[in-house]
Amino acid sequence: MSAVLLFWLAGSGLIGLAVYGLIVNPHPLCKLLALNLLGSGVFLLFGVIARRGAAAGLGGDPVPQALVITGIVVAFSATAIAVALLLALHAEAGEASLDQEDEEP
Amino acid sequence: MIPLQAIAETGTTPGGALLVLGIVMPAVALVALIGLGGRAARMIVAAALLFQLYVAVRVALLVAGSATPLAYVVGGFQPPLGITLRADGVSALMMVVSAVIFLGAASFAWKDFAQARGQPEARLSLIFWSALLAMASALNLLFTSTDLFNLYVGLELLTFAAIPVVAIKGGAETLRAALRYLLFAVFGSMLYLFGIVLIYGAYGTLAISAIAAQVQPNAATLAAAGFVTVGLLAKTALFPFHLWLPPAHAGAPAAGSAVLSALVVKGSLFLLMRLWFDTFPSLREPADMQLLAFLGALAVIIGSVTALRQPRLKLLVAYSTVAQIGYMFFVFTLVPKTAGDIVASAAWTGAWLQVVAHAFAKAGMFLAAGLVAEVLGHDRIRDLGGLSARAPLVVLTFAISGLSLMGLPPSGGFSAKFMLLAAALAEGHWVWATVIIAGGVLAGAYVFAVLARMMAAPTKAAELASIGRTRQLIALGLASVSVLMGLMPLHPIAFFEIGRFP
Amino acid sequence: MMETGFDVVLALMLLGVGGWSIIARNMMTAVIIFIAYGLLLSLAWVRLHAVDVSLTEAAIGSGATGLLMVIAAHKVAGDSQRVVRLSRGFHVLAAVFATLVAIGIASLAFVLPGAPVSLAAPVLERLPESGLGNPVAGVLFVYRSFDTLLEKVVLLLALIGVWALARDQDWGGVPGLRLFQHPHSVLMLLARTLPPIGFVFAIYMTWAGADVPGGAFQGGTVLAAMWILVMVAGVRRVPRVSSPLLRLAIVAGPLVFLAIGFLGFVAPGVFLAYPDGLAKPLIVVMEVALTLSIAVILGLLIAGPPRAKDSA
Repeated sequence: MSAVLLFWLAGSGLIGLAVYGLIVNPHPLCKLLALNLLGSGVFLLFGVIARRGAAAGLGGDPVPQALVITGIVVAFSATAIAVALLLALHAEAGEASLDQEDEEP
Repeated sequence: MIPLQAIAETGTTPGGALLVLGIVMPAVALVALIGLGGRAARMIVAAALLFQLYVAVRVALLVAGSATPLAYVVGGFQPPLGITLRADGVSALMMVVSAVIFLGAASFAWKDFAQARGQPEARLSLIFWSALLAMASALNLLFTSTDLFNLYVGLELLTFAAIPVVAIKGGAETLRAALRYLLFAVFGSMLYLFGIVLIYGAYGTLAISAIAAQVQPNAATLAAAGFVTVGLLAKTALFPFHLWLPPAHAGAPAAGSAVLSALVVKGSLFLLMRLWFDTFPSLREPADMQLLAFLGALAVIIGSVTALRQPRLKLLVAYSTVAQIGYMFFVFTLVPKTAGDIVASAAWTGAWLQVVAHAFAKAGMFLAAGLVAEVLGHDRIRDLGGLSARAPLVVLTFAISGLSLMGLPPSGGFSAKFMLLAAALAEGHWVWATVIIAGGVLAGAYVFAVLARMMAAPTKAAELASIGRTRQLIALGLASVSVLMGLMPLHPIAFFEIGRFP
Repeated sequence: MMETGFDVVLALMLLGVGGWSIIARNMMTAVIIFIAYGLLLSLAWVRLHAVDVSLTEAAIGSGATGLLMVIAAHKVAGDSQRVVRLSRGFHVLAAVFATLVAIGIASLAFVLPGAPVSLAAPVLERLPESGLGNPVAGVLFVYRSFDTLLEKVVLLLALIGVWALARDQDWGGVPGLRLFQHPHSVLMLLARTLPPIGFVFAIYMTWAGADVPGGAFQGGTVLAAMWILVMVAGVRRVPRVSSPLLRLAIVAGPLVFLAIGFLGFVAPGVFLAYPDGLAKPLIVVMEVALTLSIAVILGLLIAGPPRAKDSA
């Protein structure tokens, strides 16, 4: 089995695991972790596409590799905002939960 | 590095640099604002937004004058290596609309996010104005970029600019709304990004024009289109992905709600239209597009019915956004794959008029709702009585915005829905035609329910706060644009067709 | 054969460790497993011949993201939500759906066009014009520098997003990241001795990034790690968020980037194009400024919103 196919399968599996986590874990921190796992799976698939494009003496197509680097930074930014929101919510409500409380009258 | 001759051949059109300025100048202003601190914020924002309007109007005039799109090759590298910006008729339209609404919202927020003289920098001032500038930059990027990954960065920038505006007021309910919004948006971006991975894998490019030239209806492309579409639907809050929107839009300060509902949701919608009409036009199979129209129809009906049942005015206005977005999805089925006839043009014009009319009407309505909350100290619909006597301009603003949402003449909303309806009937889509009419009736129900409460006698002698006249006039001005649009003749607008990929 | 065996083990471990982080009962456990997962993932990136990505994944995807989530898990440890109260049937349904998604995506491997398309050759062809030796740096700073510029604006917005959550009365205070009341003496020692070494290492990574894997982001992360160590140990005072010097450090990188972008309008006449022969020196200047800004922004993102003024 080639590395390309192997890591494609791994990436697909990671996305599946992340989707499962997103559905069953109600806590926002768990959802955030699952989203990061989802992102890493998508990036890994992009890396496989890059590896397929090995040419001209390079081990991989540098364009997708560069895009993944940008993607990782953007995903990190999202995580930073989400963690700050989560902690602010926790401080405000005593618990970080996404479930709507009863509307104030 | 690049010889001058090469630059002349890169496809940059005269005036193309305006597109760079439209994206980069708000970023320059943002950097200046953070660097210099919130005390200089309003002057920087005023200068940046006025310049933004100048750029947008210039772009629109150049596009209209030459009847061809503007283009700019950033860094001098043509796709597939580099990134090209391009403004066609609808890009120019949206640039102008967003510049005007940003100016309106910023003038409305001018006093609320002021910085007291001689005081240390205030949090509200730095955060709100920074976010506004970033939104302006991100939207212009979404309107003009032709590179799918560059557009992804723009989508993320738009989300990250919207979140602080939602969360700025604090409080558990608002923070929860912001967090749900963010998680939804990140999930949507990941789906979009995966679609892009597949496209790059299949075509080795991310440039819209290059993909359009070689697109094949194979499994990889269809899967890519599917992932990208679902990701963008989550960001556009189309039913059934709409649940994050109402609490988020209702939780922001009034000027923030106005730009979120009027412009920010249109960013991902714009990209969705770019994809189906410019990137994969040949994949637009009627059966698949019916699905989008079906979700749009559900959004119209369920959004409107839910709006009717809201106890609070801002939530009602936010659910109305969910419903009005639905109309825009009829365009996917009403403009057939082989475009070119008058019916398709009517549907195309109708959809863009709906985008623009809703932007102005909803901006006016959210600002009015903000003023209502300020006058009364609450926005409970059942206790709105006596408002018409105290703040008649606010009630008038709400009423004329409502005109456009209902689709009654004269208003841009009427022109939009009339053209969509005409196209639906001409093509025999009687189901969508019925939904367009039913949505108007339901909108009438929630708008009149609110107006009736506003005109009623005061329920109790409440302490009323006073609001300045200027902000009332700004809200009224934005809402009036949606009415004035109704004075345009009811036929397809050629400007919207400029530069559409064949 | 050896290599294939290694890849199989690595792929299985990725799935196993990734899955473990999803089903772990305790949030802190889940987060720590996620960090381990990130390190395995960096290894996978090396196997995919993407060393630049591997370094970024280790630094940002695993390191900085992991640290953020550890802090979050520490603070919300008491939340009862972790105990899943969903029905068994729902779990099964979710698992079936997730499996279908995974199978669907996996099967796409077989429908991608047989002949892979690649921009490797065109990237290399024009790389000498810029004087850079690392093709990934070429994409990030020459061909698609517009993406990279916008990514810096995204980072600024992330900081605005985190700062937005300060309470009004705390604004102007210092960001809080004091995990210990009385830092251990070993921590103090580390915080005094490591930063100079890290500083030199960060400069090297930034400098080398033009030609070999590395660059502003990796260098910036190393610097940020040093700063965080100093913050946690309490060796130095953290500046107030309104400090002009801090603000200058935050915007220095984006500012230089924008300035070089506009310089392109003057010569050679195109935004974000470099004047003839000056590409490499300009990129190095830009990367140095970016390293500083990235380090400061990362540190501030991890430190969180400012706390009360008097707690400095």
